Amino acid sequence: MSVASAIKKPGNVEEQDFLWTLNFGPQHPATHTTLRIVLKLDGERVVSAAPDIGYLHSGFEKIGEHLDYNQYVTVTDRMNYISPMSNNVAWHHAVEALMGIEITPRCKYIRTIISELARISDHLLSTGAMGLDVGAFTFFLYAFYQRERIYDIFEALCGARFTNSYTRVGGVLHDMTPLVAQKIRDFARDFPKTLQELERLLNRNRIFVERTKGVGVLTREEAIRRSCSGPVARASGVPRDLRKDEPYLAYADLDFQVCCAKAGDCFARYYVRMAEMKESLRLVTQALENLPSGPVNVGIDERTALPNKAQVYQTIEGTISHFELVMTNRGFEVPCEEVYAATEAPNGELGFYLAGDGSDVAYRARCRPPSFIHFAAFPHLIEGHTLSDIVAVLGSLNIIAAELDR
Amino acid sequence: MPTRTEVLETLQDEFTGVTASEFRGQTRVVVKAADLFAVLESLKNDFAFDLLVDITCVDYLQYRDATDRFGLVYLLANTQTAERITVRVMLNEPELTVASAAPLWEGANWLEREVFDMFGIRFDGHPDLRRILLPEEFTAHPLRKDYPLQGRGERHNFSVITRGEA
Repeated sequence: MSVASAIKKPGNVEEQDFLWTLNFGPQHPATHTTLRIVLKLDGERVVSAAPDIGYLHSGFEKIGEHLDYNQYVTVTDRMNYISPMSNNVAWHHAVEALMGIEITPRCKYIRTIISELARISDHLLSTGAMGLDVGAFTFFLYAFYQRERIYDIFEALCGARFTNSYTRVGGVLHDMTPLVAQKIRDFARDFPKTLQELERLLNRNRIFVERTKGVGVLTREEAIRRSCSGPVARASGVPRDLRKDEPYLAYADLDFQVCCAKAGDCFARYYVRMAEMKESLRLVTQALENLPSGPVNVGIDERTALPNKAQVYQTIEGTISHFELVMTNRGFEVPCEEVYAATEAPNGELGFYLAGDGSDVAYRARCRPPSFIHFAAFPHLIEGHTLSDIVAVLGSLNIIAAELDR
Repeated sequence: MPTRTEVLETLQDEFTGVTASEFRGQTRVVVKAADLFAVLESLKNDFAFDLLVDITCVDYLQYRDATDRFGLVYLLANTQTAERITVRVMLNEPELTVASAAPLWEGANWLEREVFDMFGIRFDGHPDLRRILLPEEFTAHPLRKDYPLQGRGERHNFSVITRGEA
């Protein structure tokens, strides 16, 4: 059955509904990526919307059954590509849960810092793009300037600006250097001012408020029934945040608040994201100032993280460990078990369901993509609103088609 | 957070053949395919597992010592207590049909469509069981283990357009 047949076809003239069918996408500036919505319009009102996805399907889960636990991190970069660091952390969080590896305290803090920086950059882009779509261009430029600075931090940290691939099983690629710490401190010093400016641009902006308040309302019950998570659920009054509910990494040690709203409309989702950026910045500052010393990767005796070059060339344990890890089927000890581990990604609950079969390649690597689940709620949100509200709702849900289709 | 033992005890009392196991603090129960809907309903209504986190499937074709072909996985969570439970159903060809969870959770709609698309498992009572990620004319179920990574000739069937024709 095609999308066309999913929309009810009239049998005769009496059943003809005289509605107008409009294809929104696959190429439309406001979808930002490739997705298609078949709309039925009564004048400007949306009567029904039928999403058609899969344009960017590239078989990430199938590839996950052929790349080993360290190689697959490069693919996770490309899922939600506006915050690749969170995906890296989520992937190796699940891998370490499967293998039962306890990472070092320093690594926990570094991963916390980069997840929160990724959250800030994700929220900057999603609120920025939402503003852009409803006509607030300045906000986007302000937001993107700060996003560039986060890219600079990531570049200093791991050499890549966009597709970071920073985490490794049992550790990270490079330890944090004083230069990176300085860049993060500079960012943390300047960012609150920009955030204040951003809020002054949009929070009471009449055009923005009228285009987002009361649009795309998701009630608390519907949010739970439709499996929503993250800022989308929190904007509807579901106080569920995995960082608090099942604290992973260093979140149990740090002080932060879960940002919630009750309205459940586009403005509430925007507002929750803006509030979360403040909390994320607090988390970054706290984690950076309390960064434990000590090794960043788990010890070479555990044979999970690659030893550094000094260890490889100067110690026999390092040489053996390096050799075994780069050989196929000599590296990790993986139980024949299945595990689901989730992290609170900027977009919602990003979890991986992993089945291990003893080899260093996952038997099944399922990703729970928040965009996919939120986009399923889209037809419900847009029903009865006008055509121009589509961009506001899409922007507030932050649909990333690469994560949607994988 | 692992599941409370009274949940497991009640499930084992009410339904036959329910086995529970725990790994790294996660509780999994395996139920019979015929009981699936009743188990999910009981977990949702009696024990407040109100959030359907995910539905996925694993094809055990090449898994060592596996006795069943497919393992369908439902991940549930309780939004109040953050308690989680994993419900698994083992399926074998040719009976690859289970009851849909869509009447319980609206969120199951697309998740089940994806499982149908990728594994070919059918869901009884699903409102709109179509392929979701792959094109409608696609014939295979690519996440099954007997489907090769390179695909099975799909790429060769695209017609080649030369510069002059375009």
